[in-house]
Amino acid sequence: MSGAPIDRYRRRLLGGAVAAGTLTLAPGVFLHRLAEAKPEAEPVTAAVRWGLLVDANKCADCSVCVDACREEHGWDGHGRPRSDAQWIRKVELRDQTSGRQLSLPMMCQHCAHPPCVDVCPTGASFRRADGIVLVDKHTCIGCRYCMMACPYKARSFIHEELSDQKPYSPRGKGTVESCTLCVHRVDAGLAPACVDACQRDGRGALTFGDLNDTNGALRRALAEHATTQVRADLGLDLGVRYRGL
Amino acid sequence: MRRLLPALLLLAAWPALAAPADGAGRVPLPAVDAGAGGQCVEPVEFMRRNHMELLLHQRDETMHRGIRTQRHSLRNCINCHAVDGAGQPVTLDDPEHFCVSCHRYAAVKLDCFQCHTGTPEPGVPGVVGADAWSRGLAATDPRGANP
Repeated sequence: MSGAPIDRYRRRLLGGAVAAGTLTLAPGVFLHRLAEAKPEAEPVTAAVRWGLLVDANKCADCSVCVDACREEHGWDGHGRPRSDAQWIRKVELRDQTSGRQLSLPMMCQHCAHPPCVDVCPTGASFRRADGIVLVDKHTCIGCRYCMMACPYKARSFIHEELSDQKPYSPRGKGTVESCTLCVHRVDAGLAPACVDACQRDGRGALTFGDLNDTNGALRRALAEHATTQVRADLGLDLGVRYRGL
Repeated sequence: MRRLLPALLLLAAWPALAAPADGAGRVPLPAVDAGAGGQCVEPVEFMRRNHMELLLHQRDETMHRGIRTQRHSLRNCINCHAVDGAGQPVTLDDPEHFCVSCHRYAAVKLDCFQCHTGTPEPGVPGVVGADAWSRGLAATDPRGANP
């Protein structure tokens, strides 16, 4: 009976054994694969909470993550930085006293208590059981309340008619969008495109994993180092954590 | 006479009612190219009336619950059907596009493609056979198989 793979998946989830591994495709090309992909007929569960750790000490003055995201989801701009789509952006910080400079990526923080979901009048903005905050563009009316509610300026609005979208990343005029944590890749057992790109071409500043898995790479990194949540005072319980801020 | 009139009317309308289904009648049928599939994921008669229900159901399952079975997904429709006889992709601008041709004929506005791409992914074949969700798992899933 075909129920067998699901039982195994459940057992592994409950046992907390979803460990991150690395699959070598060709010399120098790595595909970071979470040990077991979710069976495609299984709904996501709250047993997993996907999260991301950004190590500002490693993050260099490059834009590999941003380029990878743009390539993956096809949100190329129209040369209008104030209104162009922006799923992830690089932020430069400078301490005025010491002169210490930091460069780090900022995107949807995948809050456990997302303000965008609170304000959405149609229920289009929602949080999936596994912690990924998404926009259901089928019900989005483009009111942009969520853009105003987000403390991280993570969301953008599509002003232009589009064509040739990626099959796994539908985008259309009149809807709001933001980082999906590459939900199509995560459901297939892969890490988000920015994480893969940073490991491959950057300095390995991004760690993706399950915040609930105490043996996972993410939880081990969080246990080992002091990390912060941006605007922790808001109490939103973020899925994206920063080290070295 | 009262009985004769309906019978005469029926007789007069007979040629239109009895028009053959192959498009040779007064109203031409759309030229639908079924694409590469040859066989749909469900019986054709069922799909003609219910494809929108399947797509709507699959849309919510995928978006909100992360269920990514291919059988009733829009991507699978496009990968199989949006190709011509030679297997070349057909774009939405082409009136022969599988979805476009029928929707034009029926004058039903099609807004899937404001966001979704209407052209198939190169090298990705459509899935015709039963997948785990709609067949094998139906027995173990309390909600049963897709409609």
